[in-house]
Formats: sequence, structure tokens, C-alpha cells
Amino acid sequence: MTSAPHRFAPIQRLLHWLMAVCILVMLFVGVGMVSTVAPKYLPLIEIHKTLGLALLFLVLIRLALRLRFGAPPLPADLPPAVKLGARLSHLLLYGFMMIMPLLGLGMLWAAAYPVVLYGGIQVTALLPQSDGVHTLLWNAHVYLGLALFALVLLHLAAALFHALIRRDGVFATISPLPQRERMKPAE
Amino acid sequence: MKPPGRLPRSSLGSLILIATVIGCSAAAFAYTAGWLSPGRLTPDRMIAALTPPSGPPLGHRRNHAKGICFAGTFEANGNGVELSRAKVFAQGRYPVLGRFNLGTADPSAVDATVRVRGIGLQISAADGEEWRMALINPPVFAVATPDAFHDLLVAAGKKDPEAMKAFSHANPEFAAFAAWAKAAPWTASYAEEPYNSLNSFVFTNAKGDEHAVRWSLVPTAAPVPVAQADLEKLGPDFLEQDITARVQSAPQRWTMVTIVADPGDPTADPSRPWPENRRKVQVGTLVVERIEAERDGPCRDINFDPTVLPQGVRVSDDPFPAARSSVYRRSYDLRAAEARDYPRTEAAEP
Ligand code: HEM
Ligand code: HEM
Ligand code: HEM
Repeated sequence: MTSAPHRFAPIQRLLHWLMAVCILVMLFVGVGMVSTVAPKYLPLIEIHKTLGLALLFLVLIRLALRLRFGAPPLPADLPPAVKLGARLSHLLLYGFMMIMPLLGLGMLWAAAYPVVLYGGIQVTALLPQSDGVHTLLWNAHVYLGLALFALVLLHLAAALFHALIRRDGVFATISPLPQRERMKPAE
Repeated sequence: MKPPGRLPRSSLGSLILIATVIGCSAAAFAYTAGWLSPGRLTPDRMIAALTPPSGPPLGHRRNHAKGICFAGTFEANGNGVELSRAKVFAQGRYPVLGRFNLGTADPSAVDATVRVRGIGLQISAADGEEWRMALINPPVFAVATPDAFHDLLVAAGKKDPEAMKAFSHANPEFAAFAAWAKAAPWTASYAEEPYNSLNSFVFTNAKGDEHAVRWSLVPTAAPVPVAQADLEKLGPDFLEQDITARVQSAPQRWTMVTIVADPGDPTADPSRPWPENRRKVQVGTLVVERIEAERDGPCRDINFDPTVLPQGVRVSDDPFPAARSSVYRRSYDLRAAEARDYPRTEAAEP
């Protein structure tokens, strides 16, 4: 990268918002399905498994794009500690997006459940049944899921802080809308 | 971009806006998770209602806690193909893993004290596709809805005899099950019991025709009625001893009979039987060939979740399979996490 980009590439912005919506859906469906015995339990868990695995593929594409296109720099006047926090939190978000589907899948394998997705797609098990592994992955999936929601809230608060209070252009780097202002880059 | 030093006057408003957005998101999440609705029937509440006053059966199933594993074969005769394109209906032999069990939350219950006997079954197609089911011996289920089942567990757990009376009054469908429990003959063997799906499912055949069905495993061993008092003399574990001895001497068989609903039959309510004259199709034979103790047996770590279905079978408007799936999953999570309390070798038991 010779010159740092001014905004995230359109495909990166598209993926960010698509995945943001889907991950929020995953979190709400997750806690909703485990707290119901109503008939909607079955479609919810099917959505959870199918969308969760689709997100695993999307995050891989997204990481590849991130390595290819990079990210625009944060505002120069942002205190170094805040910059570090922003970088770490984004790293964590990527980590969560990678690990959550793997935990979910591994947890089902370790319980000897067949993993059948929407449309009857069967996923072959790569782990044998194991109480210990199931319990570990289950706990990790539940607690990291809650931690992910907390981190998403923090991320949302930070984004709004940039957009509404600092008005420093950070939000514009990922904004789904085409930019109106000056020096419109070729998009 | 941001002129240094200028904090817009709207900052306070913006902060309040941000706090509101975050607060509302957190509240919506808590609501979805049921944290704000203690009245919601969750799997945890169902399990709490199943739990005896002496505490949960650590390491064991939260219901049907006492059981014994078996291995065997499902011999499909090919008649099922007309109803469902499930691979295991094509004529052939398919491996089966299963578990005979008692409808109690007490893993050391005395056999003669438990009215409901059940079977858990997993039939595997050649490509690994699984069909799991859990069937019981009464001809109808006790209640019409999962909510009513929770009410039943709560009422039955109360010392006050009025509680059950009030329950029966509010759930008149319970009478049929209660009559069966009181009057139906007992037998001295798992091999002499029929096992019924009670819940309705939908079969789809290769042409796409759909039929609402229930099914039963009908024993080939003739049932010999035995008075409950005489069963008590057989010792606390006579069912496991009996089935082990029987299978050792010869494989035990059940005929799998599919019952096809007529339009208008009550598919959503397992407490209501279908008329006797409904079409019945014999689709194959369950052959039980080997018995193994549960402690380190192959059925121990299987959740016989009735919604693990092959292509060609799906749930109907019966609300029970979904409720059961949700509760069985939680029961599995718990017992797997407590595996240490139920050691796999007898010697290791404290
Ligand atoms: C579920 C949700 C979300 C996830 C997992 C997520 C994830 C991420 C990640 C990983 C980055 C870093 C991109 C990179 O450096 O490669 C990022 C950037 C960003 N996100 Fe999100 N996001 C989510 C939701 C949101 C929401 C709801 C907003 C705003 C309302 C938002 C606003 C932003 C902004 C402004 C950036 C740019 C930061 C920068 O320029 O470095 N995100 N997001
Ligand atoms: C982005 C990905 C994912 C997120 C954010 C996510 C989030 C969650 C959350 C919040 C819960 C509820 C935990 C609780 O409160 O008990 C949950 C449960 C669950 N998730 Fe996921 N999940 C993801 C991917 C997956 C995948 C790919 C699968 C399987 C293929 C899966 C399978 C499950 C299962 C089976 C449960 C129920 C666990 C239990 O209580 O037995 N998840 N998930
Ligand atoms: C809402 C109603 C029901 C609830 C809450 C419930 C609850 C449970 C629970 C918690 C287990 C233990 C699962 C495990 O840990 O693997 C279980 C097992 C079982 N249930 Fe149910 N059940 C319900 C309805 C039914 C019905 C309608 C039938 C039969 C038609 C049935 C038959 C069985 C059998 C046979 C087992 C033992 C399966 C095995 O061997 O693992 N249950 N039930």
C-alpha cells in the first residue's frame, strides 16, 4: 500500500454492514432460541446454524479483503491510547467472528448431533463425541457470545461518538452511503 | 474537519442519544433472552419442574433417567417407500442404536414403581443420515400442550392433593392417560411393551405427496399381564435383568407400524388418539441384538431428540417435538457437564 486509502473499499463497507446485521441477528436468535420451548425453536436453530456457517465464510473473505485493501488511518488527533483501543477492539471483533461459528459447530459435533443446515445440507463431523470437549465449547460459545454482544455495544457507542460528537470523519470511512463531500474518490 | 476546541452545543443531546441507543439495544437483548420475562416457559423452567425435591440426577438424563443401551438392526420391508422417501424405508438393513428406559427422573428408581416405559432409537442410513426418536408405551400422551405438561409436573410435585385435582379439572384430556395408568396391565418385560410416537409427523414420498402420521413399535413377544405387587417382588432392576437375559438367548423384535391420518384428524394434540380404523402400514422390524450397560454404553451420550429426522420426514403442527428438542438439548448440556458425577467405570464410583 503506497498511499493509505481514504475510506474502506465499497466491498469492505458492504460486507461490514451485511455482517453487522447478520451478527446482530445471530446474537438475538441465539439467546431467543435457548429460552423458548415454542415451535419457533426449530426454525430459529436452523437459521442460527445456517447463517452462522455462512458468516464463517464471509469473515474469511472479509479478512482477505482487509489484507488486500487495508484500512484508512484513524484521525491524527486521536490519542494513542484510543487508537490502540480501536485497533484492539477491531482485532477482537474479527477474532469473535472467526471463533463463534467454529465453537458452535464443534459443540454440536462433540455432542454427536448431526449438523443439518437449511435445505437439508449435512455437515460431516470432524470431532468425536466427548463430554469434556462439548462442555468446554458450549461454555465458550455461551460466554463469548455474551461478551461479543457487549463488545458490539461498545463498538456501536464508539461509532456514534465519532459520528455525532467528534465528527471526525471516522464514520464516513465505513458509511454505507456514497460520500457527498469534496474530493469524491472514484468508486 | 473538527475545529479544535469547539465542542458543539448539541454534544449533551448526542450523548443522551448514544446512551439511549445502547440502553435500548441492551434491553431488547435482555428481553429476547427472557431475562425480563420470568413467566416465559423456558427449557430451564421445564427442567426445574422435572427435578425431584431430592435434587437433580447429576450426570443423568433429566427425565427417563433410568435405562439400558442396546444395539440392533432396522429391517425395512420396503412398504414405507410409498409414504416417505426416508432412505431407511428402502428395503434393507440399517444399524440401530437404542435405549430402553423408564419415565422417571430417578436413575435408581425401583422398576415396579414406574408406569411409563420408553425406548430411544437412532436408525442410520448408509450415508450416515440419522433418524432419532423417543417413544413410550401409553396409547395417548398425558396432556395436550407443552405448557400443560409443565403444569402437570408442577401439580404432581406438590404435596397438596388438591393440586392434582385442580390440574385434572383444568386439563380434562388428562383423564384418558390417568385411566390407562390405573387400569392397563403391567408386564414384566421391556420386550412385551408397545412403544408409540404419540406425536404426529409428516411423511413426504418421492412424488412429494404428504401424509400426517404417527407410528408404533408393536412387540412380537406376547404381553403377559403381571400384577404390580408381583413385580415388586422381582427386585429393583428386574427389567434390565430380563431384557439382558432375553436378548442373550434370542434377538427381540418389534414391528414398526405407521398410522396414516385422515384429513381432520387431530395432529397437533398427542393426548387425542386417532380412530382405530385408520390406515396402518407395516414398514419394517426392529431387531434388538445386543444389550449393554448405560454407564459406558453407546446410548449414554446420545440425545434421542425427536426432531433429528431424515429427508422425507418432518415435524407437523404438533408443538411437542420442538419443545422436546429444546428441553432435551438443555438436559444433554447439563448431563454432559456433570459426566464426572456418573463415572464410566463402576469401580471409580465414590
Ligand atoms: C455486529 C456488529 C459489528 C461488527 C462485528 C463490526 C466489526 C467491525 C470491524 C472488525 C471493524 C474494523 C474494520 C477494519 O479495520 O478492518 C469495524 C469498523 C467500523 N465499524 Fe463496525 N461492526 C459492527 C457493527 C457496527 C455498527 C452498528 C456501527 C455503527 C453504528 C459500526 C461502525 C463502524 C465504524 C465507524 C468503523 C470504522 C472504524 C475505522 O475507521 O477504523 N459497526 N467494524
Ligand atoms: C457468528 C456466529 C455465532 C454467534 C454470534 C452465536 C451466538 C450464540 C448465542 C448468543 C447463543 C446463546 C447462548 C446462551 O445464551 O445460552 C448461541 C447458542 C447456540 N449456538 Fe451459536 N452463535 C454463532 C454461530 C453458531 C454456529 C455456526 C452454530 C452451529 C453450527 C451454533 C450453534 C449454537 C447452538 C447449538 C446453541 C445452543 C447452545 C445450547 O445451549 O445448547 N452457533 N449462539
Ligand atoms: C414437553 C414434553 C416433554 C418434556 C419436557 C420431556 C422431557 C424429557 C427429558 C428432559 C428427557 C431426557 C433427555 C436427554 O437428556 O437425553 C426425556 C427423555 C425421553 N422422553 Fe421426554 N419429554 C416430553 C415429552 C415426551 C413425549 C411426548 C414422549 C413420547 C412420546 C417422550 C418420551 C421420552 C423418552 C422415551 C425419553 C428417553 C430417551 C432416551 O432414552 O434418551 N417425552 N424427556
